[in-house]
Amino acid sequence: MVQFNLPSNSKIKKGQYYKDKTGSKNIRKVNVYRWDPSKNENPRIDTYEVDMDNCSSKVLDILNKIKNEIDPSIAYRRSCAHGVCGSCAMNMNGKNGLACTKSHSELDGDIDIYPLPHLKVLKDLIGDLSTLYKQYESVEPWLKTTKINDKENIQTKEDRAKLDGLYECIMCACCSTSCPSYWWNGEKYLGPAVLLQAYRWIIDSRDEDRKERLKKVADELKLYRCHTILNCTNACPKGLNPAKAIAEIKKMLATA
Amino acid sequence: MSSYKIIDHEYDVVVLGAGGSGLRAAVGLSEAGLKTACVSKVFPTRSHTSAAQGGISAALGNMGEDDWRWHMYDTVKGADWLGDQDSIEYLCKEAPAAVLELEKYGVPFSRTEDGKIYQRPFGGMTKNYGNETVQRTCAAADRTGHAILHTLYGQALKHNTEFFIEYFALDLIMKDGACKGLIAWNLNDGTIHRFRSHITIIATGGYGKVYYSATSAHTCTGDGNAMVLRAGLPLQDMEFVQFHPTGIYGHGTLISEGVRGEGGYLVNSKGERFMERYAPKAKDLASRDVVSRSIAVEINEGRGIGKEQDHVHLHIDHLDPKVIEERLPGISEASKLFANVDVTKEPIPVVPTVHYNMGGIPTNYKAEVLTVNGSEKTVPGLMAIGEAACVSVHGANRLGSNSLIDLVVFGRAAAKRAAELIKPGMKHDEIDKNETDRCLDRFDKLRNSQGSNPTSELRLSMQKTMQSKCAVFRSEKTLKEGVDEIRKPFESMESLSVKDKSLIFNTDLVETLEFDNLIRQAITTMDSAYHRKESRGAHAREDFPKRDDENYMQHTLSWCNGSKTKINYRPVHRSTLTNDVQYFPPQERVY
Repeated sequence: MVQFNLPSNSKIKKGQYYKDKTGSKNIRKVNVYRWDPSKNENPRIDTYEVDMDNCSSKVLDILNKIKNEIDPSIAYRRSCAHGVCGSCAMNMNGKNGLACTKSHSELDGDIDIYPLPHLKVLKDLIGDLSTLYKQYESVEPWLKTTKINDKENIQTKEDRAKLDGLYECIMCACCSTSCPSYWWNGEKYLGPAVLLQAYRWIIDSRDEDRKERLKKVADELKLYRCHTILNCTNACPKGLNPAKAIAEIKKMLATA
Repeated sequence: MSSYKIIDHEYDVVVLGAGGSGLRAAVGLSEAGLKTACVSKVFPTRSHTSAAQGGISAALGNMGEDDWRWHMYDTVKGADWLGDQDSIEYLCKEAPAAVLELEKYGVPFSRTEDGKIYQRPFGGMTKNYGNETVQRTCAAADRTGHAILHTLYGQALKHNTEFFIEYFALDLIMKDGACKGLIAWNLNDGTIHRFRSHITIIATGGYGKVYYSATSAHTCTGDGNAMVLRAGLPLQDMEFVQFHPTGIYGHGTLISEGVRGEGGYLVNSKGERFMERYAPKAKDLASRDVVSRSIAVEINEGRGIGKEQDHVHLHIDHLDPKVIEERLPGISEASKLFANVDVTKEPIPVVPTVHYNMGGIPTNYKAEVLTVNGSEKTVPGLMAIGEAACVSVHGANRLGSNSLIDLVVFGRAAAKRAAELIKPGMKHDEIDKNETDRCLDRFDKLRNSQGSNPTSELRLSMQKTMQSKCAVFRSEKTLKEGVDEIRKPFESMESLSVKDKSLIFNTDLVETLEFDNLIRQAITTMDSAYHRKESRGAHAREDFPKRDDENYMQHTLSWCNGSKTKINYRPVHRSTLTNDVQYFPPQERVY
């Protein structure tokens, strides 16, 4: 029988243990994935004891507390801190989300923090999103219109409402990196984040390129690797439904 | 010094920053055929423009009569007559075309019944030179900045802009008073990149993180402002820091002014709609400095809410839930997440929170950077746009929704001006090796710091000092203390501790470089505030409660070398750009 094993340099080792120094009675153990590209070492899990009496409510607050007070070397992306920039997407207790909007009170037991799954890790919690960004570029995310005048396009409220649930996407990649199809075929399958963006332009009443756009995604690998597993919709921290957007594209192609 | 791998690039223009203004400039430059690099420390859609909620102002007149001159008057008055009226004329006149262009780019604006761009009321925006409220602020629900930023990124992709993403800019390359490019550190692989360019456009945003509580992102560290200071050039009007009236209490998350635009109102612990007392006409839609000061007075006089009586309530529970769902979905989500409040049933606890820097790199309306040497002069090869710049259109206080329009109008103006000044493919000057050495010396010194003060401690000390000594209300006493105290974290950098010595995504070092940038701006802000002995817009001195046009209708210029500052002034431009509008002479400012 074939046996699958991680390559030896990918095996995660036990890392350092940072014991609480504050004397707090309200301690939580936080396990964080660490990997430094400049050292020739395997990834490891460092464990930090964090004083929860002096920590705000979100997982990002825990990470900031660790970085500010315990270990400044820990690397993660973060910016807006209120769920609009999409920088701090990561995997927390097995589920993808934004660290800045995820309350640690919703997580049971010790907290395990990993990078988004199935990305090449650049350092610690920072994953390489360059493939996803290239795929985003490939759907030509701009309005295609031949109207060249100085007036606005008229769009009815009903047509505008079709963009709701789509234009809000912050490209955090929580959905795509939770999708098993994207794990297997991430180079070719566009994945839920990018397909949702593709649909956002397909369905925009102002766009004149709908047919071409549909033709471009109508591909065995680009689109039809979606097997409606729905991990994407389950993962979206903004409450969007990429699976539905993909289904709408398939429906438009089937009825065209 | 350690040796660093240096990679050289040559571009016609380098844009530093990929938020709303940087992207708009990059699009225009690419359209003009100029070889353009756009360098950013974050992926473009992570920029802080994404956090702008309420909208973008332009006198489109979709919701009733409007005129760009009325918009200009409101902006001049909002700025408390510290704005340059030639630049304000340019902003307001160009605004409608700039918004229509965004719509053509694909921004998903909310719509009126007849399918036009929806516009909402906003603070300080009026009809007929200060009379009744006008609906001028174009909105994409309450996610206007997000919608604009993503659309502009799409346009930049369409125009094949060359991006250098997750590159942290270190310093400008200067030669004989002109800018010749910049040096940046590639976080992805640890290499140093030297960009030579005929024009460098700084679009690095604000520096809200000098304060402890701000709506600003972690990344709002004003890196470009600090690069300008290190290049021996001044920053302008740094004392003018906008406190947004409604940041969520305890967390600082922004609650859009659009909430009050849609009918929301503030109450104190007695249940009074107190804004009626401070601004009888505009009430909750007075300009932000006025509303923030009113809240501060209510709290100081014991009418704050909560155990500590330290905040007030913002109500929208009287609005139709359908209106909330359609026009304010983002703030409903934020209120739930960060205040555990259901806005359809309960009020939101809010407190004035640092939000915007009116000050920054001085420019003219063509986005060219200015300095003063005897008289006003432009700095060859250097431009600044967006929140990093001080054009000055916002003067002493910015009106809500005037920042997004500032980004696109002046982003476009910078590209236009660059296309006038240079031709594609011009030959580059030799640059002095000293410039690179000086830059890498600082970098290397910070990287190899072996002292005992962690960056996070120094940053916290700076933030606490700014928060307590340079707040909504200021006085000689607090500012004098502030001037002394703010230098301590700077001096403590002598014994700085940086634990991570690596070069790839060394965020310990990134935060240290950011702190080095922040502290210089904190010092110039405090010193500029200390020297302005009057009250104007966001700068409220308890000891000098009146505006003093005779002595202070002037922009503050502050140079900073180490912890030493030099303060000088330049007169506010007291004329318009064209004869299409008359100069608005100073008046008493009541709302």
